[in-house]
Amino acid sequence: MSDGAIKVDVRCTVNGATHTLRVRPMARLLDVLREDLHLTGTKEGCGEGECGACSVLIDGELVNSCLVPVLQVEGAEIKTIEGVAAGAELHAVQQAFIECGGAQCGICTPGMVLAAVSLLAHTPQPTDADIRHGLAGNLCRCTGYMKIFDAVVRACERAGVKA
Amino acid sequence: MQTEIVGKPVPRKEGRSKVTGAARYVDDLSMPGMLYGTTVRSPVARGRIRAVTFGEGIPWDEFVVVTAKDIPGENAVALILLDQPYLAAEFVNHAEEPVLLLAHEDKHLLERARRAVTVDIEPLPAVFTLEESLAGKEIVWGEDNVFKSYLVDKGNVDEVWTQPDLLIVEGEYSTGAQEQLYIETNGVIAVANAAEGVTVWGSMQCPYYVHKALLKLFALPPERVRVVQCETGGGFGGKEEYPSMIGGHAALLSWKAGGRPVKIIYDRAEDMVATTKRHPSLTRHRTAVTREGKLVAMDIEFVVDGGAYATLSAVVLSRGTIHAAGPYTCPNVRVRSRAVATNVPPHGAFRGFGAPQSIFALERQLDKVAGAVGLSPAEFRRRNFIREGETTATGQVIREPVDMAGLLDRAFELTDYEAKRERFARENAENNSTQKRGIGFASFMHGAGFTGSGEDYLKSIVGAEADAEGRVRVLAASTEIGQGTNTIFAQLASNALGLDYDLVEMAQPDTGNVPDSGPTVASRTCMIVGKLVESAAVGLRQTLQGAGLLTDEYTQDEWREACRRYVERYGALKSFSQYKPPPGVHWDDEKYQGDAYGAYAWAVYVAEVTVDTLTYETRVDDFVAVQEVGKVVHPVLAAGQIEGGVAQAIGFTLYENVVWQDGRMINNQMTNYVMPTSADLPPIRVHFEEQPYQYGPAGGAKGIGELPMDGGAPAILNAIEQATGVRFTHVPLMPEALMRGLNEKA
Repeated sequence: MSDGAIKVDVRCTVNGATHTLRVRPMARLLDVLREDLHLTGTKEGCGEGECGACSVLIDGELVNSCLVPVLQVEGAEIKTIEGVAAGAELHAVQQAFIECGGAQCGICTPGMVLAAVSLLAHTPQPTDADIRHGLAGNLCRCTGYMKIFDAVVRACERAGVKA
Repeated sequence: MQTEIVGKPVPRKEGRSKVTGAARYVDDLSMPGMLYGTTVRSPVARGRIRAVTFGEGIPWDEFVVVTAKDIPGENAVALILLDQPYLAAEFVNHAEEPVLLLAHEDKHLLERARRAVTVDIEPLPAVFTLEESLAGKEIVWGEDNVFKSYLVDKGNVDEVWTQPDLLIVEGEYSTGAQEQLYIETNGVIAVANAAEGVTVWGSMQCPYYVHKALLKLFALPPERVRVVQCETGGGFGGKEEYPSMIGGHAALLSWKAGGRPVKIIYDRAEDMVATTKRHPSLTRHRTAVTREGKLVAMDIEFVVDGGAYATLSAVVLSRGTIHAAGPYTCPNVRVRSRAVATNVPPHGAFRGFGAPQSIFALERQLDKVAGAVGLSPAEFRRRNFIREGETTATGQVIREPVDMAGLLDRAFELTDYEAKRERFARENAENNSTQKRGIGFASFMHGAGFTGSGEDYLKSIVGAEADAEGRVRVLAASTEIGQGTNTIFAQLASNALGLDYDLVEMAQPDTGNVPDSGPTVASRTCMIVGKLVESAAVGLRQTLQGAGLLTDEYTQDEWREACRRYVERYGALKSFSQYKPPPGVHWDDEKYQGDAYGAYAWAVYVAEVTVDTLTYETRVDDFVAVQEVGKVVHPVLAAGQIEGGVAQAIGFTLYENVVWQDGRMINNQMTNYVMPTSADLPPIRVHFEEQPYQYGPAGGAKGIGELPMDGGAPAILNAIEQATGVRFTHVPLMPEALMRGLNEKA
C-alpha cells in the first residue's frame, strides 16, 4: 500500500471457511469481504451505518460491516449473503423474497435478507411491529417495504427457519 | 404449453441472483490493470477559474490527470441542448461542478490526491432560488434565466374574471428538491482508446443516452462506442441523464491512460451533493367557480428551478404543465410555465417528472376552492371530474372509458372515509388531546409514454431472436432497474407466442447488441416498449409460418422443431418492430394542444394522519391507493411499483428535506437527509381497476411507474389540514414548519 499502513493477520471464519487475512487493521470489514475475499454480495450504500446494505452476521448478530474495523473480527464467525443458502437450496427467507416481490432493484436485498434471517432467529414468531422495527436499520427505496413484510411473514410460516 | 401468463405473479427473472448476492452491479466488477477515477469539483457556485494547483506530498507523476483541454470531441453533455460541459474550462456555474479528473490504481491515495488539488475561483454573483432567478437578480443563463416556457390556453380565461356570480379563489404552493436516493450510487467502468473506441459499463436507465453523449464527447462514429448496462440498484430518474456525465468522465480518464480500464464509483456524499434531484417548484392558482361548484376557469402559473444547465428541464416542465389542470373538465384553462436557471447543480428526472409538483398545487387548491363554495372536497370534485368524450386542458378528447367518481367511491369505501372525516372533525373539536387526526385525498391522472410527439421522434425499435432450441431472447435497450422489465417482457413475449415463460429471456442491454428501444423513463416501458416486444415476438412466429415450418396452432415442441429447422436452413432467426403512433393521435408542439399522451392512468389516493401538536410529529396511519392502469401484467410487480412510489411520496411530503447553503446541499448524508424506514410507513393498501387500453400490450396495459408519486403529498396535506385547521402549502412539511403554522393559528 502506498499509504504505508502496516498489515496484520486476522483470523476469522467466513461462511464456514476459516481464513487468515493479511490486512490493514483499520480496513473496513466491508472492503475486506468485497476486495480480499471477493464476496461482492455485501453492498455499500452509505458508508456510515445508516442504510444497512452492508449488513452481515458476526457471531449471529446483525452488524453494518462498513462500521467494523477488520481487527474486531479476530476469532469471529461471519456470515454474508453468500452463506445464507445451503448450496443450491435457498433459505426460506430468500425463497419468500422471490415469491412475495421482496426484491426489486436488489441492491438492499442481501442486507435485508440477513436482517430478516437475524430477526427470525431472535424472534421466530414476530408481530407486525417486531418486523417493522427489526428491519428498520435496512433502507429500501424501491418497495415501500410492504412486500418485504409479506416475505418475512411467509418465511416464518414455513418450518425450519433459522440463521 | 402455458397460457394466461399475463396477470400471473411469475417469479422475477433475476430474483434468485438478487436474493443470493450473486447479481453483479458495476462496483462488483473488476478488470486487470484497472484504475480508480475521481472528480475534482468546484467549491463555489459561480465564478471564473483562476488557477488549479496541485499540493505537496502527492506523487503526481503517477496520476492520470484530465482537464477540459484533454477532451477529444466536444466539451458538452449531449442531451437536449449542449450547454453543460463535462469539465468546466473557464467558468463554473454551480457548486460541485466537475473541473478536473484524476485516476490512480490506489483508491486511498487517490482520495488524498483529490483533496490536495485546489481550484482557485474568482467568485461571481449567483442566484440560488427560483424566486431570485425570476426577479432577474442576476442573469446566469441566456438572456433572461429562462430555459423554457410553455403556454396551454383553452377557452378564454381573461373573459371570466369579470363575470357575475363567480367565486374567485387564489393560492400559492411550493415544493422542495428531493433526492432520488437509489441505494446503489452512480458508478461506471470505462475502457477507451483511439484504436478500440469507447466502451462503458455502468448503472443506468438509458444506455442510448450515454451512447449519444459519448459520440459527441469523443467525436466518434456510432459503431466505435458501446454502452452496457450492468445490474442497476435503483434509478427513479436519477440515472436517466447523469450516467452520461460519469460515463464520459471515466472514458476520458481511460482515453488519457491509453485504454486502461477506469472505474468511478461515487460515495454517498458525492452522489447526493453533485447529482440531480427533483425540481423545486412554485405554482400560483387563480380559480373561478360557480356557486354550484362548477369550475369555470383555472389560471395556473407553474415555475420549476432547473439549476445551472438546461439538461432535461424543458421536458420535466412539459409534463408538469400538462398535468397542472388534472382530471377535471373546465372550459377555460391557462397554464403559463417556465423553467428557470439558478446556480445549483442541475435538477433532473425523478419519478413523476414535474407532475407531482403541479398536482400537489392543484389538489391543495381544489380543497381550498371546495371550502370557499361550501362543498366537501369530494362533492366538489365529483361535480368536475372529466368524463369520456370531454376534453383536457390541452384539448385532448378522452376517448377511453374513465370513471373518476367510481375510483373515488372505491377509495372511500376502502377507508371508510366519510365516517372518519366526520368523526375526526368531531373528536378534534371536542377533546383536548394533543393528537389530532385527519383524513384527506387527492384525485389525479398520469400520462404514460413520452409527451406529445415524443414517441414519434424516438421511433423505438425492439428485436426478438430465437435460437435452434426455440429459446427466445428479447433485444431491447429498456433496462431492468428493479421495476421488473426482465420479467414483464418475458411474460409479454411468451404470452404472444404461447410459450413457457422460462423459454424467454431478455438480452443484457448493450448498444452493441440491442436496438434503441428508447429510454427507460416516463412510464413507457410496459405500455410502449412492451407493445413492441409483443409484435417483435409475433414476427418470429410469422417468419416461421412464412417459411412453412409452423402451422397456426402449434405445441411448444413444434415451436422448438420449427426454430431448429429454420436456424439450420437460414441462420439467425430475428424479428424487429418499430413504434407507430396509434391512429387518430395528434399533437401540436407550437400551440401545446392535442393528444398529450396516448393513455392515462387514473387514481384516487386517501391518506389518514395523526398530528401531534406537542411534538409536531406527523404520522401517516393508513394509505389507500386506488388506480385504473389498464390490464395489470404482473400483480405483485405492479403493486410493488405503487407501494414503492407511495413510500417515496410520503418521504417527499414529510421527511426528505434538502438543506441548501450557498447553492450546495449541506445535508448530503443518509444520516441527516431522512427517507422513510420500515418503522415509519403506514400500511400501503393498493387496489387496481382494470380498464383495458386498446393499444396497450397483453390486452391493454398502460403505464404505472410514475403515477404513485403524484397523489401522496396533496392527500397527506389535505389530511393534515383537517387535523390542524392549518392550510399548509409547502412540502416537505417539516416539524418546524408545522410548529410555525400551529403557532400562527393560535
